[in-house]
Amino acid sequence: MQLINHMSIEFSSLPANVAFSRVAVAAFASQLDFTLNELEDIKVSVSEAVSNAIIHGYGNAAGKMIRVKVKIYKNSLEILVEDSGKGIEDVQKALETEYSTDPERMGLGFTFMQSLMDKLEVDSAPGKGTRVIMIKNVHGSKSHRAGH
Amino acid sequence: MYINIEIFRGALLARPVGELDLASADSFRTALDNALDDNKVGHLIVNLSGISYIDSSGLGVLLGRYKRVASSGGRVSLVAARPQVRKILELSGLLRIMGEYNSEEEALSRAG
Repeated sequence: MQLINHMSIEFSSLPANVAFSRVAVAAFASQLDFTLNELEDIKVSVSEAVSNAIIHGYGNAAGKMIRVKVKIYKNSLEILVEDSGKGIEDVQKALETEYSTDPERMGLGFTFMQSLMDKLEVDSAPGKGTRVIMIKNVHGSKSHRAGH
Repeated sequence: MYINIEIFRGALLARPVGELDLASADSFRTALDNALDDNKVGHLIVNLSGISYIDSSGLGVLLGRYKRVASSGGRVSLVAARPQVRKILELSGLLRIMGEYNSEEEALSRAG
């Protein structure tokens, strides 16, 4: 698949940057023929991944860095949210619905990403940080495989 | 995010305005908890018409307040969520445990 455009942003692990990152990605994604609803879905998905990086990756510590990279292909969008935080011990368990280490949170971050995006991959290990890759296809187009 | 709170007919009416994400979750939670601390009510009504965005951080605050109110026999109603906000509420399953109404008046009269 031919890469048409790409961008990379890096920002500190502050809650205020969750909104910045979702708006930045949605603005970049609007180059493709997504509907407004799909752009809203992308915003939530990015917010969930970035929030996870802040809360879980960095334990709400400020001053750490989060990177968001977006690639635009002809009919799809690939988003990478990356942190160098503590990593996930059991990725499979983390992906299960309603699992959360915090009683006040719902553990729905990954569930939303899986529901709202077309593909979700999580690459993480203790001490190795976390990379969340999400793909959204333009409606009606063929599916996209990550890395292509 | 700012929030207007009113006590009316024995219910706590909360009207947040803005976005409910990680950045505003703490202040949203604190505002609701302070109001619930100061006012013993059996019904919390959250008017979401002023909310343009919500994700799991905002949902977590709603769920936490629901647990608090429900534990003392009260109920929580959600009012006038915009379509995208409603979609996220529905995906989360919160609409199965909280009442959903088109207006504050409807929530007050139907849920009592």
